[in-house]
Amino acid sequence: MIEIDKVHKSFGDLEVVKGVSLTVNKGEVVSIIGGSGSGKSTLLMCINGLEPIQRGSIRVDGTEVHAPGTDLNKLRQKIGIVFQQWNAFPHLTVLENVMLAPRKVLGLSKQDAEAMAVKQLTHVGLADKLKVFPGKLSGGQQQRMAIARALAMSPDYMLFDEATSALDPQLVGEVLDTMRLLAEEGMTMILVTHEIRFARDVSDRVAFFRNGLVHEIGSPDQVIGNPQMAETADFLKSVL
Amino acid sequence: MFSTSLTASDLLFMLQGAWVTLQLTAAAMLIGTLSGVLCGLLRAALPRASLPLAWVLDVFRSVPLLIQFVLFNSLKSIAGLDISAFAVGCLVLGIYAAAFCSEIVRSGIQAVPANLRRAARSLGMSYWQDLRFVVLPLATRVAFPGWLNLVLSVMKDTALVMWIGIFELLRTSQSVVTRIQEPLLVLCIAGLIYYLMSLMVAQLGNRLEKRWQEND
Ligand SMILES: Nc1ncnc2c1ncn2[C@@H]1O[C@H](COP(=O)(O)OP(=O)(O)OP(=O)(O)O)[C@@H](O)[C@H]1O
Ligand SMILES: [Mg+2]
Repeated sequence: MIEIDKVHKSFGDLEVVKGVSLTVNKGEVVSIIGGSGSGKSTLLMCINGLEPIQRGSIRVDGTEVHAPGTDLNKLRQKIGIVFQQWNAFPHLTVLENVMLAPRKVLGLSKQDAEAMAVKQLTHVGLADKLKVFPGKLSGGQQQRMAIARALAMSPDYMLFDEATSALDPQLVGEVLDTMRLLAEEGMTMILVTHEIRFARDVSDRVAFFRNGLVHEIGSPDQVIGNPQMAETADFLKSVL
Repeated sequence: MFSTSLTASDLLFMLQGAWVTLQLTAAAMLIGTLSGVLCGLLRAALPRASLPLAWVLDVFRSVPLLIQFVLFNSLKSIAGLDISAFAVGCLVLGIYAAAFCSEIVRSGIQAVPANLRRAARSLGMSYWQDLRFVVLPLATRVAFPGWLNLVLSVMKDTALVMWIGIFELLRTSQSVVTRIQEPLLVLCIAGLIYYLMSLMVAQLGNRLEKRWQEND
């Protein structure tokens, strides 16, 4: 369970997250939608401790993320995150990209890490690209590789930050399909996305962010189908 | 017809000088690369705290090498240090190379996108694992051409150690010139030897680079 409790986060004088509370239960898929600069990406980075917070607390399975004694490297092993940019390690093959963290972080043997990597790459449809360097892949393939790389750590949670925003339109579908598959398998996920229809399809709940706060939250049918707040309705009108 | 009093033993003498040049270059680059990587890492990781280090390196980069050789050599005599001129040559050249190398390494590390480092850390890799498996391999590719240039320029700069009495290629050539009074021929040969040595280094480097480029 991820428990976000009245979190405040600033960059210098600029407060970006202004008291967000949100609980994501095991097996739940929560989508975060909202305008540019509303603090969505920042919140995701706070959840796995890539960014410090100023007030409030975030607990993952009861572990306080920002407590001084927390072993963040350990915590991050169970939180996979996929960014908007593809972030493939360009000096490693697809297989090596996916094997690196299981080997070095989890300490798996070469055979075990390779088996895990092949399994995850097959899962995302890249079984025929194992020996290829990422530079030779399309954006959609690179992004699926990034998903496999995160999955190879056997995470309990997956965070997606606009995983399809940097892709050509014809490549969006294959990545969304991969994410949908994960959702159906029961992965606990937080999706920051501009794909409203997709969010409506796969989410258990949708949160609309505005000015660093959860402005409206509820079932997809509620928030997307029948928004109660005028700002939510306006935002949806602008993106649909 | 073309006649010369250059003998085989003169040539051999010059080749011995060339060997000293190569040894100096190798030793200086070893010192320069090791300490340059350390300093470069420090400069990239703690830009503020390592500012004094940057100032010191700046001095070694800016003061002409010849002055550094002569100053260090006299310092050695004043302090009564019992080290050979060759060691002084290696040390001064090494520090000089380190000053340049640290900048090459620093900019190589900074060329690694922050996104990639964040991705590595988000997989649970520690700072050092990120450095070892992601940052350094990528920074090496960026820094390598600059490093190779440094090797070539250090090789030429070794010629300056003749001022502290080391018989490297240029010095041996000069003594041959003094003996046979054919400066044009001898210096052409010396130049050719420098050229061949540089070519060898450049070729090795190109081969490495090509192997990396195949992957991009
Ligand atoms: N490292 C940083 N330093 C300073 N300001 C930052 C930093 N990262 C983000 N910000 C600022 O914080 C605000 C929120 O950014 P964030 O990336 O969280 O928004 P977002 O909701 O993800 O927007 P988008 O939909 O455009 O991705 C923005 O005004 C941004 O300029
Ligand atoms: Mg964002």
